[in-house]
Formats: sequence, C-alpha cells, structure tokens
Amino acid sequence: MDFGSISLVLLVASVMVSATPILLAAIGEMVVERSGVLNLGVEGMMITGAVVGFAVGVNTGSAWPGFAAAALASAVLSLTFGVLTQLFLSNQVATGLGLTLFGLGLSALIGKPYEGMKSPTLPKLDLGPLSDIPVLGRMVFSHDLMVYLSLALVAAVWAFLKFTRAGLILRAAGENHDAAHALGYKVVRIRLAAIAFGGACAGLGGAYLSLVRVPQWTEGMTAGAGWIALAIVVFASWRPWWVLVGAYLFGGVTVLQLNLQAAGAQVPVAILSASPYLVTILVLVVISARGVHGAPASLGRPFHASQ
Amino acid sequence: MDEPLLSLRGLTKAYPGVVANSDVSFDIGQGEIHALLGENGAGKSTLVKMIYGLVRPDAGTMSLNGGAFAPGEPSEARRAGVAMVFQHFSLFDALSVAENVALGMETPPKSRELAQRIRDVSEEYGLPLDPFRTVGTLSAGERQRVEIVRCLLQEPRLLIMDEPTSVLTPQEVEILFSTLRQLKAEGRSILYISHKLGEIRSLCDTATILRRGEVVATCTPSETSSRELAEMMVGASFAAPEARAHAPGEMALEVTGLSLPAPGAFGTPLREVSFELRRGEVLGIGGVAGNGQDELLAALSGERLSPRGTVALKGADVSRDGPIARREGGLLSAPEERLGHAAAPNMSLVENGVLTASRREGLVSNGFLDWSRARDFAGRVIERFDVRTPGSHVPARALSGGNLQKFVIGREILQRPEVLVVNQPTWGVDAAAAAAIRQALLDLAADGAAILVISQDLDELMEISDRFAALNEGRLSPARPVAELSLEKIGLMMGGAHDMEVAHVHG
Repeated sequence: MDFGSISLVLLVASVMVSATPILLAAIGEMVVERSGVLNLGVEGMMITGAVVGFAVGVNTGSAWPGFAAAALASAVLSLTFGVLTQLFLSNQVATGLGLTLFGLGLSALIGKPYEGMKSPTLPKLDLGPLSDIPVLGRMVFSHDLMVYLSLALVAAVWAFLKFTRAGLILRAAGENHDAAHALGYKVVRIRLAAIAFGGACAGLGGAYLSLVRVPQWTEGMTAGAGWIALAIVVFASWRPWWVLVGAYLFGGVTVLQLNLQAAGAQVPVAILSASPYLVTILVLVVISARGVHGAPASLGRPFHASQ
Repeated sequence: MDEPLLSLRGLTKAYPGVVANSDVSFDIGQGEIHALLGENGAGKSTLVKMIYGLVRPDAGTMSLNGGAFAPGEPSEARRAGVAMVFQHFSLFDALSVAENVALGMETPPKSRELAQRIRDVSEEYGLPLDPFRTVGTLSAGERQRVEIVRCLLQEPRLLIMDEPTSVLTPQEVEILFSTLRQLKAEGRSILYISHKLGEIRSLCDTATILRRGEVVATCTPSETSSRELAEMMVGASFAAPEARAHAPGEMALEVTGLSLPAPGAFGTPLREVSFELRRGEVLGIGGVAGNGQDELLAALSGERLSPRGTVALKGADVSRDGPIARREGGLLSAPEERLGHAAAPNMSLVENGVLTASRREGLVSNGFLDWSRARDFAGRVIERFDVRTPGSHVPARALSGGNLQKFVIGREILQRPEVLVVNQPTWGVDAAAAAAIRQALLDLAADGAAILVISQDLDELMEISDRFAALNEGRLSPARPVAELSLEKIGLMMGGAHDMEVAHVHG
C-alpha cells in the first residue's frame, strides 16, 4: 500500500470535476422540489443528457453544442413528466420512476452507434495569475468553464429563491398551492417552468459526465448519480449551499476511494465503492437531523384548480 | 347614502348538478359593513369568489363605483380595490410575515420598506405584528392579522371577510371589531360573512340573507332579532334546545390528578386535572384556545395514555387502555380538527363511519367488513343530521366544514355512547345545524349518557351545560353549576383565578 502516491492537489482538483454532474442535477431538482413537485426521473434525464450531449458533440466536433442539445433534450423529456403530472394529474412517484426507466432505455438506443468513440471535450480555462498560484491554482483555478458555471448556478439559484419575487412565488407554490392559487398565481405554469429547469440542469450534468468527466459513452454510465442527486436534495433540507456541500462531499469520497483502491488499501473493494454513498448520506443525515427540515409543504401533492 | 360601492345584478352560477347562485342582486354602500348570511351550502362562498375574480359568473353583472366590474382573476379584483381575508387562511407557514404580505400584493416594495409599512399599518389599526416572524409560529389571531394587514396595505375600498371570528378568542374578536369599525369610519366598505348572528347584529349595517343560492331578504340586523335572522336563513322555525331538570345519575367518568407533559413544542401540558361526570349530565369546559383542550380530549379518548389511576370509566381504571378499548367500554369522542383527525379526508363517508363505529355497530364480522351495514350506518347519520352531500360515497374532504362537522358528531351520537367527549361540536356550523347538534347532545344526556363538551363558544356552553369548568394553561378549574355563574365569574375562571372567593377578597 502506498498512500504517498495520493497527491492532495490532484485529489482536490478531481473532486471538483467528479462532483459537478451531481451538483448540476441536484440544484435543478432542488428548484423542482421547492415548487412542490417530486420528479424521481433525474437519473433518466441525466443519462438522456449524457447520450444526446455526446452524440451532438461528436457530430459537431465541439462540446458546447453538445451541452446545449443535452439541456434542451432533457428539458423536453422532463416536460413530458410535467404534462403528465401537472395537467393529467398522474401520480408523481410512478411517473418519475417511469421517466427514469424510459430515459435509460432511450439512451441505450441512441447511444449504440457511439460506443467506443471519443468525444471533443472542454478546454481547461487559463485564469491567468489565478491559475499560477502555487497549489491553489492547480486545485481550484485550472478547470473547465462548466465547473465554474455550476458553482455560479448554485449562487444564482440561492439568490433567486431568497431575493427575487419570482423566487418567492415559486416557494409559495411549493408551500401551499391552494393558497397560491387563491392569490391568483398560476401554480401549474410555475411548476412546469421549474420542471423544465430541473430537466435542463440534469441534462447538463449528464453531458458533463459523457463529454468531460469520462469522456466516452457507455450504456448506463450515470450509475445512480441521479439518485444520489435526489438524496442530496432531501438531506440538504432543500437549501442550495448544503446541496453544494453534499455534492462535493460525494465527489470527494468517490475520488478518495478510487485513489485508495489504486494505492492498494487493505479494505474490500466493495466497501470502498459503496463508501461515497454511505458517507454522503450519513453526513447529510446528521446535518438534517439537527437543523430545520423544511420540506416544501406541498411536495408531491397533486394540484387541481377546482373551485 | 349616495351611490353604492358595489352593485350585483342577477348573478347566476351553476355547477354540474347544483345551482350555487341564482339571480343574486344587492348593493354594498360606501362605508358600510354589509353582512352576508346563509346556511352552509347556501352559496356564500361562490358569490364571494365571483366578486374576487376566482370564479366567473354564468350570467349577471357587477359594477364598482358605477363602472362595469368583471374581474377575470384575483389580481384584477385587487387592482380595482377589492381585497379578501379567507376563511381558511391562505398563508404560507414556512415563509415570514413580510413574504406572505408581499405575495398578496401586486407590486410589493423592497423588503425593508415593506417591513416598515407592515409595522406602520399594524400600529395604526392596533394589530401588532413582527414582519420577520415565521407565520407557522403565529397564533390563529396573529395569522388573521397577517391577512388583514396584507389587504390593508393595498388600500382596498371593499374588504371581504369570510368567517373571520371562527378561530379567534373573545379578546381577539374585540380587537378585530374595533379595526373594522375604524375602517368603516375611513369610508371603506366591508362584506362580512359569518354564522354568528350576535356578531352580525352588533357590527353590521345591512344584512343580505342567502338561501339555496337565492337572496331571500335584506334587512337591518340591529333591528332584527337573532331568531328572525336565523329563521330567514333556514326558511323554517328551528327549535332552541330545551332546558331540562334532572337528577344526575351514577358516576360515569372520573378523572383524578391527571397530569401529562406537553405532546410537542406547540402543545400544552395538563396539570392535575380532576373532575367527575355523572350519567345524564352535561359538563361544559371553556377556555381560550390552546389552553389544553386538545390535550385533554386526547387523554380522555385514549389517544394518549395517562398514569394509572387517573381516568376511571364507570369505576374501572382505563388510564392505560387505548381508544379501541375505551370505545368498547362506551366512551366515545369527537376531536376538534375535522379533516385529518376526526375524519380521513380522502376516504368516503361510509369508510369514515366504519373507522369509529365498526365494533359498536357490528360493521365487521370475522375480520371482513359488512359493507351494506356500513352504508346503512353512514346513511342514517346523513339523514338524521341533515348532512348535505350527494351521497355516502363521496370523500370526507368534499364536504363543506359545517356538513362534515355534522357527520363526525352524528357518527358518534348514533353509536349510543355512555360517555361522549366532544371538542368544539358546532365549530363552523350554521345556526340551525348547531341547534340540531346541541339538541342531539341534550337528548343523549336525557337518555342517561354523560356528556363532556369542550368549546370556545361560551353561549353554547351556558345553553347546554349543567356544570361549567374552565381550562387555563392546562389546569382545570373546579366545576360549578351553570345557574350560579355570572359573566364576571366565568371570566375569572378562564383567566385562571380558580378560587373566586379568594380572588374577590384580594381583588
């Protein structure tokens, strides 16, 4: 066993990369749940984003159109969930699970011709003097643009929910949809918009996996990342910065256990592989156990504007 | 009074199977407090929703200040100067007072400025409020203030209030009334919906009475007796409960030194509660809401078990028995919260009947439900208590509050209890139905049952109780015969001065 081979600088740097897909999916799902909708289809939307992003990236020879297409495709997919649950009042849990199964199947179909190909990827940003800072520069300031965009998105979502009127209305719809309706807000429209946003975020997360993190297409490559994103939203008590903490924690333990495996740690591989899931859930349970839980009061409840 | 503020002409609205409003016309004057009276299901809510833009009328017109008024949505009504305080508060528990207020405004100012305006308005009208408190932590009265302040910030010309006093303590009602009178003095109009005839008579200038969707009368309430108003509402004379003389029978329920810790952060502990209840007797328990009423009911019904030797039913200790065992022993109860506690919202009336009556009415045999008997039982409750519903198959949540109340109380009464504990038996029920429920309770007592009525309606308690006691911070005052009580004594009992003689000496 050789722990000396684990470099802290590389570890932190790869944590940021490995956490980004989950962070994107989780922050999107958090917005959806704050509006009162439980979309269990995150996994399906992520993998659809992964395959569409990869395919468009390969065909255009550039990663950015891939990201755009992935966001669009997953948003459209999430809107089928939205239409079914919000307009036809289907059960959110069942429809969400169906969306996951559908996404997994659809992605396998689309992805067949692309197996084994290599995609264009995102360049590492050169942040000039920042990137030149010893240690810190390589850890934090030498990533691709998507990493920073995902962090900016957390900040933007936090500010949107806390300071803007639209954010307040979205939270109101999630807290008490009957009251929001009585005040004249369009609950269904608000929720559809939130669902589409959540879908786009999950798509970006998936595309980041297939275009940057791996970068390759393999069937079922999200491997439960969507489910972890869902769990992170709950254990982060629907608060944006805790979502960030949860995602980075999960990313961190994932990278650490891979390094430990490579270093030949005397722990069964199965336990190491399971450790990110266990540690993330454990830590977030501890966090959410002492604080306010704050689940949106209307979460998962169907809304019908009957008189 | 010159030109009316709001005129309704021929408003009609029909839903499949029911005409909610038919050709409704009346005027609300400037600076007038106008009462809208009617039984449950008379069409008051639909009418108000049309004025507030939540429902579009099928026919008829409205005019506001002489101009045509046809709001397509609430925001349009709000812009026109119509504001509404809802019966079931339309508040968001997890949000702060200021955020709740902002949600009800068209163009809210910045949060600091809004907080200041909330403070100003709440001081001006004597409704103290902290803009940064989370609404979930407020009392019912404070929550209503949030709604009122939210409306007042929009400078409304017409304020609609749907049953505003049903959740308030007498003191809070006084504060509300002085606020409403102040608004009236400023020239604003108020459309006031209530079941409480006394309130309407003391507060309102004009009353419009609805029955089955039609206007049956318009009158000046201060010149009309409560009884006349009630008769116009129901269209027939109803019987006020008869007073009766009786000799109390043997001991039915005896509670000695019952103390229980508070069930949660917002609950009240019970402290050394003792009383006895005999057959044929009605014991009324009053007190301001939140002084242990729910906790007392839970301890008596068996939802919460109490220490051994504290609750005795017909001489046998039942302190450690759960609700099913106590029901078998003849002790039935009906809690205050209709939806979710007394009835399961998404289950039908038949199923809700089975939930409490399965054993006493023999609705279950060998573990299988006897659906025909269950339907029969629910049907009997509906018929006997005049529950307005399309049938016993509809879910409990589809019934209006008053109708569901009739069902949950009737369901217990028809099971021939030996001891019946009810909390707020006539909450939100119209006058005629309330009289019917009270009469049913009295009939039950006359047949030898022991009845414990927990209520915040003092008039109700005075009317039906033989003895009265008050809860204050989880302590129960000694019970006294109603005949000996004066309003002043009741006030002292509710305020916690249990030994009135001592209070008088020192006071």
